[in-house]
Order: sequence, then C-alpha cells, then structure tokens
Amino acid sequence: MSQNTMNLKLKIWRQKGASTPGKMVDYTLNGVNPEMSFLEMMDVLNQQLIEAGEEPVAFDHDCREGICGMCSMFINGRAHGPMTGTTTCQLHMRHFKDGDTITIEPWRSAAFPVIKDLSVDRSSFDRIIQAGGYVSVNTGAAPDANAIPIPKEDADSAFDAATCIGCGACVATCKNASAMLFVSAKVSQLALLPQGAPERQERALRMVEQMDKEGFGNCTNTGACEVECPKGISIENIARMNREFLRASLVKKKKKAGMAAS
Amino acid sequence: MSVLNSNIPKGPLAEKWQNHKNSIRLVNPANKRNLDVIVVGTGLAGASAAASLGEMGYNVKAFCFQDSPRRAHSIAAQGGINAAKNYRNDGDSVYRLFYDTIKGGDYRSREANVHRLAEVSVNIIDQCVAQGVPFAREYGGLLDNRSFGGVQVSRTFYAKGQTGQQLLLGAYSALSRQVAAGQVKLYSRHEMMNLVMVDGKARGIIARNLVTGEIERHSAHAVLLCTGGYGNVFYLSTNAMGSNVTATWKAHKKGAFFGNPCFTQIHPTCIPVSGDYQSKLTLMSESLRNDGRIWVPKAKDDKRKPVDIPEEERDYYLERRYPAFGNLVPRDVASRAAKERCDAGYGVGQSKMAVYLDYASAIERYGKAEANKQRLPNADKATILKLGKQVVAAKYGNLFEMYEKITGDNPYETPMRIYPAVHYTMGGLWVDYNLMSNLDGLFVLGEANFSDHGANRLGASALMQGLADGYFVVPYTLGNYLADDIRTGPISTEAPEFEQAEKEVTDTMDRLMSIKGDKTVDYFHKALGKIMWDKCGMARNEQGLKEAISEIKALREAFWKEVRVPGDKNEFNPELEKACRVADFLELGELMCYDALNRNESCGGHFREEYQTEEGEALRDDENYTYVAAWEYKESGEPVLHKETLEFENVKPTTRSYK
Ligand code: SF4
Ligand code: FES
Repeated sequence: MSQNTMNLKLKIWRQKGASTPGKMVDYTLNGVNPEMSFLEMMDVLNQQLIEAGEEPVAFDHDCREGICGMCSMFINGRAHGPMTGTTTCQLHMRHFKDGDTITIEPWRSAAFPVIKDLSVDRSSFDRIIQAGGYVSVNTGAAPDANAIPIPKEDADSAFDAATCIGCGACVATCKNASAMLFVSAKVSQLALLPQGAPERQERALRMVEQMDKEGFGNCTNTGACEVECPKGISIENIARMNREFLRASLVKKKKKAGMAAS
Repeated sequence: MSVLNSNIPKGPLAEKWQNHKNSIRLVNPANKRNLDVIVVGTGLAGASAAASLGEMGYNVKAFCFQDSPRRAHSIAAQGGINAAKNYRNDGDSVYRLFYDTIKGGDYRSREANVHRLAEVSVNIIDQCVAQGVPFAREYGGLLDNRSFGGVQVSRTFYAKGQTGQQLLLGAYSALSRQVAAGQVKLYSRHEMMNLVMVDGKARGIIARNLVTGEIERHSAHAVLLCTGGYGNVFYLSTNAMGSNVTATWKAHKKGAFFGNPCFTQIHPTCIPVSGDYQSKLTLMSESLRNDGRIWVPKAKDDKRKPVDIPEEERDYYLERRYPAFGNLVPRDVASRAAKERCDAGYGVGQSKMAVYLDYASAIERYGKAEANKQRLPNADKATILKLGKQVVAAKYGNLFEMYEKITGDNPYETPMRIYPAVHYTMGGLWVDYNLMSNLDGLFVLGEANFSDHGANRLGASALMQGLADGYFVVPYTLGNYLADDIRTGPISTEAPEFEQAEKEVTDTMDRLMSIKGDKTVDYFHKALGKIMWDKCGMARNEQGLKEAISEIKALREAFWKEVRVPGDKNEFNPELEKACRVADFLELGELMCYDALNRNESCGGHFREEYQTEEGEALRDDENYTYVAAWEYKESGEPVLHKETLEFENVKPTTRSYK
C-alpha cells in the first residue's frame, strides 16, 4: 500500500446551466492519496472549494460501486477514464502519477444536454426503453417460471446483454454519438429469450425509431463503444439488432403490400 | 386499546391472506380512472407497485431523485432472491421459508406478514421470468438455485452476482411500459420534501425539481413511500450516496410512527475503510464465507505479512467460538465477533480495523479435487494451486476482481481484508397488515417499512420483500382503502394544507441557505456517522446511548449555525440536496438512540452489552420486549413510545444457537 500522496493539476469543464456557455477551468489539488477513488478525489476538491467560498463541481454519481450507471465523466479524453471495464466510480487514483494533469469533461452528445458542469440529461435513454424495451406481461399473468425451459447458452447470452448499466459511455465515446450499443443490448436480451419473441419485430422498429428521434447519430461500425463500455457489452449485439430491424422492416413492407392488394 | 391496530385477518395462519383477498373491497375499472396514486421511489418496491397499479388503471405519478428510475439502489443487490418453489425437491415449502425468516429475525417480526411474504415469493419468480429476467439456468434449461445465509435448503434464485440489477431492470421495464401507455407519469430528478395531510388523510406531497430547484405540489388519493432504508445515517454504509430518510422522516413528523428504528444490519464482509476521505463502503457478497476462512493473528500488533504467519499463530476465531457453524454463522454474529477481535487489539491492516478472509486453503482443497478429477495423482504443488485458482475464479471471479479494483491487492495471492459495515435497516415506518401506516392513505413498502425482517434480515430476503409488497400485496390492499374515494374527485393542490406544507419546505431551505457558516455538510454528516457507529452501532450500552443523544443534539445545533450551503436554491444544487437530507439524519439518529436505549435486551442486530450471556452471546428478553416499538414524533420533548405486542401462535420463540 503506497503512502506517497500526489499533487495533481485538474482541468475541469464548468458550465452553470444548459443555456450558458461553459469553459475549462484549472485547479490544483495536493495531497491526493492513491487509495482514493476518482470520485473521492472530486469530493476532496469540492470540500476545498466550498470552504474557500467557491461553487463545487456538480457531477452525477450514486452507488459508487459500478452498477447504477449514474457516474459519467470523460477523463483525459476517455469515457470513464483510462482503465477498461471500469466505471468512473470504480477508478482509483493509484492509476495516476504525481504531477499528472487530468482533464475532466461531461459526456458530450446532442441527445445528452448538459445540466450543470459534469452532469448531463440522459432521459433520452428512458424514452428509448419506453418505446419497446419490455415484454408486455401484466402482474399476475405469468405462467410457472419453469414452464418454458431456456437453453443455458441463450440465457447466458441474454444475461450478458442485460448487464448494460445505461451509463451512456458508448454514446460519449462514439464520434457519431450513436446509441446503438445501448439499444442493441436491450433488443438482444429480449430477442434471445422466448418471452420476448412475440414482440421482437415491433420492438426493434419502435426502439430504433425513438433513438433516431432523440438525435443520436448513425452507427458506422467503428467499434469504439465496445472498447469503452464498462460492462463489456459486445458489438455482436449491434449485428443482431440490425438483423432484427431488417427482418421487421421487411415484414412490415410485406404487410403493407398485402393490405394494398386486398 | 393501543392506537396501533395491526389489522391482521382472523383465521389460521396459512389462510389469512387468501381470506383477506376474498373479503376486501375492490374498485371497478371505470372508477380506477378517477383515482390518483403517488409512488415515491422507484426501486424494487416502488417500480413494481407503480407498474402494477398503472396496469390496473390507476393514474400513477412516480418520483425518484436519480436521473432515471433504473438507478435506484436495489440495483446494487448482489446475491439473490428467495422463493419457496421447492424446485430442488429438498423439502422446502412456504412454511419453511416463513419459519426461517421468523427465526432469522430473532422473533421480532409479525407472523402473518412473514407468512404472506413466503406465500407470494413463488409468484415473484414467475413474474420476473415472464418479464425476461435472465436468471441463472442449468444445462437442462431450468432455473438454477443456490443456498444462502445458513439455511438448509437451496431456495435462492440468482443472476450471477447482480440479481438486484436484473430484477430492478425487469420492474423498470414494466414501469416503462406503463409510462408509454400514459398510466404512469414519471418525475425523475425529483425529491419528496414533505407529505401533505388533508382532513387526516395523506393527499399529496411537496417535491423539489432537482434540476430547476422549483418546488411543486402533487396531489393524489393515496401516497406510497418506497424510499428504501436509512443506513446512511452512519455516513459510511453500503448504501448509495443519495439514499436518505427524508421522505419517511417527513411523514414521521406529520404523525406516522417509526417502527424499531434501532434495528440495523451490519454486514460482516465489506471492504474496510482505507482513509478519512472514504465516501462509502463496498459489500463483498456473503457467499464468500462459504469457502473462505476468517482469522486474525494470535499475537497483537503482528507486523508480518499474512502469508508469513504460520498456521499455529493464527486465530480462526469463528471456528474456535462456533464449531458447529464456523465461518457460516449469521450476519449479526459474524460481525460482532470481528469487532470483538479488533477492539481487543488483534485487528490487521493499516487501520487495525480489519480481519483476514483467506482463500489459501480453499484454493488448495479445490486444486486437489480438480487434480483427482483430471487424473493427475502426482500433480505438484504449483499445478494444484493453479487448478485451485481456476475453480475459485469460476465461482467468485467477479468478486475477487472487484476487491482488486478497490484495494489494489490480489486476493488469489494474499488474504482479503474485511470488516463489517452498515448494510440494511430492518426498522422503518410502522405499517399494518395492509402496509398502511397509522396515517390513512399513507402506505409504506419495501425497506422503508419495518414489517418483515424483525431484528435481523436473512440473506436474499430484501429483494423478495420489495417485490412482494409492490407486485402482490399493495395492488390488493390499496383498492380496499380507495374504495371509499371513488366519488371524491380530484384533490385540489390549492388547499391550505398544501400551502402550509410548501411553506415548511421553503422555510427550511431558506434557513439552510442563509446560515453561510464555515463548515461543509459532509463535515456534519461524518461527525454524526461517527457518533452513531461508536455508540449506536454493532454494540450499544446505556451510557454510550445517553451520551450519543446529547452529542447529537449539540451537533444538530451546530449544524443549524455553522453549515455552509453554496450556490442558490433555484438551481441544480447537489450540496443543498445533501444539506436537506443530513438535517433529517440529524433528527433520526437521536430517535435510533432512544429506541436502542429503551430496548433492554439483545436481539438480532441490536446488541446491548449489558444483556449478554457469559460467552458473549445475545440475550433476548421475550417476557418484556416481544413488541414492536412504534415511536410518535413530538415537536418538543422526547418521542412517545407505542407498543404493538407480537403474538407467536405458530412458532415458539427459542434461543438462536450456532455453537
Ligand atoms: S452499452 Fe455499455 S457503455 Fe453503453 S450504456 Fe450500456 S453499459 Fe454504458
Ligand atoms: S456511481 Fe453508480 S456506477 Fe458509478
């Protein structure tokens, strides 16, 4: 366990509100313990700012154990910082060096407007889920849980897709600000399970439509999202969603054509 | 007669819930359209209630302080969810789940509620699977189970180490569907700041829009609080940073009784505190105790590396004290034993407030078994260790990784350091069998109520209770209450009671903003946490509790004179949010101490040092304390105690022994 503390230079995005312009502001923070988490380092900075009569830096966080998806910082040009498979709250200062300069910015995307400083509005993700990210079953209407056996492999793949924490790092990282990784994770989870099958076509169409409406960009398969996703959501999901979407579009066209003919 | 009526239905235990459902009143679909329901909190209890009530046709408004309902702290639950499915054919049943929960709670919970919980547990699993929750499965495609928390059957359903996440995302998806259908209106980044009572009924809330700072009035025919526990009164806990008591505390100040506030659960396997900048503690799943051995050095202040301390100089104190259960004693017992060793000066690590959780022998044991399996009778030590590590990685890999991320130590090579931490609060607002508080129209679900876990909660039961309350209990009992309201019409937010409740909120905020002192909110929160941990934590005594009460009073006074809240109230201001929450914790802490002081016995998570056996085990006093302590708020002076006597008609209270 290292006892040496570090002195850091921080460049942090400060923005009063959604409609005011922001700028990078420099801070010096001394005596940072390498055992601290990144957000604890931010806490220390904020305590010092408050005591000095200044405004603390606003940022989102809640669970601080990498599962709620609330924390969201763009650190030295990378979503959630330099470590792979790690959310900002799980990043520790031992991965930085004494004398380092660290730049800290919010997620940047038209669909994630800044609320204040490092806090952004990700409610567009909620609206995408509302567009179809569910199985239409009312409480009390479920058959016995073991009535439909599901091959372990499918269940495991569905689980892997379902571990998305909705943080938005994929969007922040993508040069097109595409939300494909997030959307495809939910579409895949439900497409892989028999419970999700009856609605799979409608679901893919509606979620993609909502995604476009929210102003997320197109996917050009750069794969950057997969690299930065703290939960290791695979871009295979995007391929699966594209298939779902294509099939659904075809079926829809056929139906329309059929209707016109009759 | 006591003011508390638990409204437990008559009849044999196993028939109570069914009979009750058959006899309660219903609201027909046309009338549901005219009824508004407020749900505060979108964790397992809140999301499941809001979704179910929306499906039934009520107009629901759902509130959460996070930026999305999917982030509520239920998401962080790791281990699993219990259900009496008996898919293993190992003799499990509704009765056994009921019995284990009553016993685990050290005979301080209500039989009828717990039995109902066990009954509906089976429906929960069905519901979640239908929603697409990807539970672990076996090769045959059926659901897998594991055993948990020292019970003798395998009844825990799980999704790797993130069961809470998957269940919450299931409930969130059902909620989202109702939002899309227009049945639920969602208010994210909103905090409930006050409860509004009109003519003796809960009729609305005052909420703050956390983005704009705007204060809003919301009315309804009933209010459901699903706002979780209050473990953050200790500052350091495994709770999320935003978890708070404000909603239930404001309701308490409006007359709702607080049940058993001193019953808190300290979880034995958490990553210890590393410094005074520490903001929260991280739990390591209890399942680690299945294979890990817990020890401290026999010599005080042993400076050697743990791997250099020979076997005979280690004290495996749980195995020594509890030969029958060893490392698998219940949470409260394991936590206290760790504290005992550290207090006596045998703790390890920099802070000396930690014990070792060692996997070396498990790695060797699994390695040998694996070598046998692979027909390598002459495998050398290195091969055995390699094989053993692979087995351990398959079982606990994600936990080991998490430990390494946080501490920088590799638990495959050196023992982990662990220490108990505040994890769950069994206490909460008092509710009757219908989950309604003593205030008409105010319902309380999940961890926020006091009802099902007594003095100690068993593993994998919190998720079960949250979803039971939200999916399968309140949808029935709320209808029974609202049947009287079908002709009431919309509740106006112009009523003087709304005006008054709103004024209370703005006054408090103005006061906080105007202090402009020189200490941060966190300063006071940390100071409170320290008092609570030292004097109302894992072990309590009369003198300490009395000191704590006066220390908290003094701290509260200092807070209202010296705190500094930067910024403005009409904007996004996380420091102001914290200040409002800490102001309430500063009042709650005192009540917890009163409750702990009143309960002159040791039971479950409540350990009063004066009441223990010669071997240091908890000593219950059934004759005098078989009751729920329900506290009434008083503006000035001490809180007033009301008692709900607990009747045990089906289970006979006995001493829990794990020797
Ligand atoms: S796909 Fe990954 S990066 Fe994108 S929201 Fe989900 S967890 Fe975050
Ligand atoms: S704060 Fe919850 S994931 Fe980082």
